[in-house]
Amino acid sequence: MKSAQTIANDVRDGSSSAVAELQRSLARIAERNDELNVFLYVDVEGATAAASAIDERRSRGEDVGPLAGVPIALKDNLCQIGIPTTCSSKILEGWRPPYSATIVDRLIAAGAVPVGKTNLDEFAMGSSTENSAFGPTRNPLDPSRVPGGSSGGSAAAVAADMTSISIGSDTGGSIRQPAALCGLVGMKPTYGLVSRYGLIAFSSSLDQIGPFAKTVGDAALLLEVIAGHDPLDATSLPEPAPSLVAHVNDGMAGKRVGLVRELYEGADESVVASVRAAAEALREAGCEIVELSIPELRLGLSAYYLIAPAEASSNLARYDGVRFGRRVDGEDVTAMMEATRTAGFGAEVKRRIMLGTYALSAGYYDAYYGQALKVRTLTIQAFARAYAQVDLLLGATTPGVAFKFGEKSNDPMAMYLNDVFTIPTNLAGDPAVSVPFGRGEENLPIGVQLLGPPRSEAQLFAAARVLEIADGRA
Amino acid sequence: MSSPLQREDVARVARLARLTLTEAELDLFTSQLGQVLEHANDMSALNLDDVEPTAHPFGLINVFRRDVVRPSLDRDVLLSQAPDAESGRFAVPRILGEAP
Amino acid sequence: MTTLTNGWEIVVGLEVHTELLTHSKLFCGCENHFGSEPNTNVCPVCLGLPGSLPVLNEQAVELAMRIGMALHCTIAPSTFHRKNYFYPDQSKDYQISQYDLPINSNGYLDLPDGSRVGIERAHMEEDTGKTTHLGGSGRLAGADRSLVDYNRCGVPLVEIVSAPDIRSSAQARAYAAELRGILIATGASDGRMEEGSMRIDANVSVRQANAPYGTRCEIKNLNSLRSLQRAIDYEALRQVELLEEGGTVRQETRHWDEDRGETSTLRVKEDAEDYRYFRDPDLVDLAPSQQWQDAVRAALPAMPAERRAALIATITQPSDAQRDAIEVVIDLGLEHYVHSAVAAGADAATAISRVANEIAADLEHVANLSPAAFSATVLMEQSGALSATQAKTVLGELLEHGGDNPQAIAAAKGFEQLSADSLGATVASLIDAHPDEWGRYREGDDKLAQFFIGQVMKSTKGQANGKAVIAELQARRQGRSQD
Ligand SMILES: [Zn+2]
Repeated sequence: MKSAQTIANDVRDGSSSAVAELQRSLARIAERNDELNVFLYVDVEGATAAASAIDERRSRGEDVGPLAGVPIALKDNLCQIGIPTTCSSKILEGWRPPYSATIVDRLIAAGAVPVGKTNLDEFAMGSSTENSAFGPTRNPLDPSRVPGGSSGGSAAAVAADMTSISIGSDTGGSIRQPAALCGLVGMKPTYGLVSRYGLIAFSSSLDQIGPFAKTVGDAALLLEVIAGHDPLDATSLPEPAPSLVAHVNDGMAGKRVGLVRELYEGADESVVASVRAAAEALREAGCEIVELSIPELRLGLSAYYLIAPAEASSNLARYDGVRFGRRVDGEDVTAMMEATRTAGFGAEVKRRIMLGTYALSAGYYDAYYGQALKVRTLTIQAFARAYAQVDLLLGATTPGVAFKFGEKSNDPMAMYLNDVFTIPTNLAGDPAVSVPFGRGEENLPIGVQLLGPPRSEAQLFAAARVLEIADGRA
Repeated sequence: MSSPLQREDVARVARLARLTLTEAELDLFTSQLGQVLEHANDMSALNLDDVEPTAHPFGLINVFRRDVVRPSLDRDVLLSQAPDAESGRFAVPRILGEAP
Repeated sequence: MTTLTNGWEIVVGLEVHTELLTHSKLFCGCENHFGSEPNTNVCPVCLGLPGSLPVLNEQAVELAMRIGMALHCTIAPSTFHRKNYFYPDQSKDYQISQYDLPINSNGYLDLPDGSRVGIERAHMEEDTGKTTHLGGSGRLAGADRSLVDYNRCGVPLVEIVSAPDIRSSAQARAYAAELRGILIATGASDGRMEEGSMRIDANVSVRQANAPYGTRCEIKNLNSLRSLQRAIDYEALRQVELLEEGGTVRQETRHWDEDRGETSTLRVKEDAEDYRYFRDPDLVDLAPSQQWQDAVRAALPAMPAERRAALIATITQPSDAQRDAIEVVIDLGLEHYVHSAVAAGADAATAISRVANEIAADLEHVANLSPAAFSATVLMEQSGALSATQAKTVLGELLEHGGDNPQAIAAAKGFEQLSADSLGATVASLIDAHPDEWGRYREGDDKLAQFFIGQVMKSTKGQANGKAVIAELQARRQGRSQD
């Protein structure tokens, strides 16, 4: 599979065409989608028209953008006008949004060709894509295993060479964890760097859109295209997109990296070994490695599993059968809403709505939701103290490699614990990237996680690039 | 705070959230949610009286849009997405009480 | 107004919702317009479509600050919360509203009678859509199904919550009227209760003087000042009767039925919703800069109290009727006509009366009438060049067709000659026709002047000026006695 950078260069210089690249992508999807269940919808017609238009514009000598003719997969919680958008939920089955997410417009303006919508855990709630109402996605590297989640479909699309890049969203690790389990680079950017307008909300204060790619360079290119202020998102950072691609090869000489005990302790041996090896690789690249402990991070899981469900319980109230999506009839409007929601939501979504409703309800707010917001403050302060000492932090992305179907799906708490290393950055709003480094059982990929202070994406990519080279995937 | 989550708490929350739970689901959720809340005891037990809550990761303030009218959506498109519509409006079964 | 006996006292607090006069909605660019075709002013944001996000309208904040400043509130950093409850007129099934940190708090409103009512808060929130009920009687109860129009959903509101400082239905009415005047004066609202752009809920309780507050009931559906006053009176009596019979008042929401003139239970507070308020994570904090606040304050126009005082000062010992006329002038914001006429040397009472009656009756054309033309007309009336009836006719012409020359209109109508020659001739012929009355008048019975004025008006079809008739009569009386 060609990298996105190569495809764009080829399309721009005429050595390939957007239509040819799209056909390669569509052929690959046709070949493996039945087996892997990656795409919920493939927009053959729209993508073909978009690709033809790019080729035509190029033939007229127009600049067709930094992602010219690059097929891209979108997680199905992103709105694209007229294209079925389900969030992998029965409650949205058949809905076609009358508008597009800001990043979808930006991708199209940059020449990218959206080929379709990928599977996810229903409303992005999950870590395995097993919670999709339309069946699980299989890990292309070992179809008996999960691809991770919730952006499992977008990760699998790239891992299966269906597209070179894809878009996911990360609320508690939903980009980084599947990136780790599928052997990809995946970044959760600084909160507010990428507009959330048109991203169907799970937990508004934690959700952030980000890239999947096989290479650090592609991930940087994709993020550069979608980042930057959006007046339609009040939480969007007030600055333009940072320059990222230009800094990928900056190296790490002279930087200090903190190896954080709480971000690998308890992980499988092979994972800990990979993290240590990554630290060694960074040291060889000229970094100073500092062993750190940030005990506050241990509280992250509890805080996350109250904040995210609380916001979700409110964000998901609008699925009431009145204005869009599915309706199940009832005697009166309350009965109709209840029947609709009961039939339309899956078990995990109901579980989190219940949890969040409880955490916000009278008499429990202070003990649960209020306390979780304070833990969030502690997390932010703890990270800030760490970044006063070091430039970046290093840890594991996940406790282990891709797990088998059903292994954790009957035990919500075990599944939740899978996010323990990724959650703290969401609470803090900080960026973090997962980059493949080393292999574990069954030769499955392991991801190590690099974390940085707000707006440190360029440096994170530079560090990830050092590891990419050291891992022999130059 | 220990979490003696009771079945009736779960039933009350389900009503608030407009979800109907079977008896079996009620039992399952009581136990599963109880587990999560129990895990949260590590956090609930802390004395954080002096800590300010964080609702947003960054302290952005005063983000506005100018008071300018932008085009609205096409009504036919919107209503074609509605489960039920009549006379240019979204239709629902009878409403039993006034809004709170 | 009903007076309670046996030492009972009414305690009222009012919650007034007012829609703000912005071009667009509170969190999206849809037009804020009353009366559009259903669901034509809607977009992903106000329709609560998945993925949409709210962004706060800057002008709505400015109008909210104007209201707060006019009510002497503290303007403070504030936040937006979500009030969670399921209802089909609410597109997101939560309402974005300010909760524990409102933009305006701790103000007051002084009423014309000198009493002061505390303002607890005046916070921003979004309006809901509108439901229409089908089947049954067309009302909610008994309907088969309902239809929802989201045009109003997301329209900016400010909710003004008074302290429970109000002690009578008349005071409640005066408060609502004064507040309405202030809202209109700030330019924040059009104050149209009939269109629902100003809506009032009343919290009513009764107690023995100086006793702790009684249990209150919240009354909804008060669509006019008259309804407000009647409903409070009804509700207070209901509560007193209940208590005197040994019963207790239940905390509940009650509905005012204007036709039947009574309140009835809408919802009992015991099954109150659990709204699960929390900060809306899609919106950031609001903290208007001092510079912005100063600019808004500096641009704030005079409030009704100040404007009322300015008009009252133009009349020595104004009568009740004149005070009422002044209220009309203030309410309609027409006092610049009065001030212009007074500056030109006209009598304030006449000017106020012409504004409160003639101009107020034809607001549709008020833009046609220049203050200069108005002043000139009032001066002509005052000098006797025009009778009151003629002056009204001239004003009517000016309102209808515009123009800056009342003299020309008077001339065209043939009004001017009357005062000079015709009046003398008319009076002379009437004296001849009524020798007995003239005799009594001449002997000093001034009451007969009214008789002659009536006769003159009759024969001139109201074109004479009463004062001019008296002057003519007096001149003739003096002339004769000198004979
Ligand atoms: Zn709108």
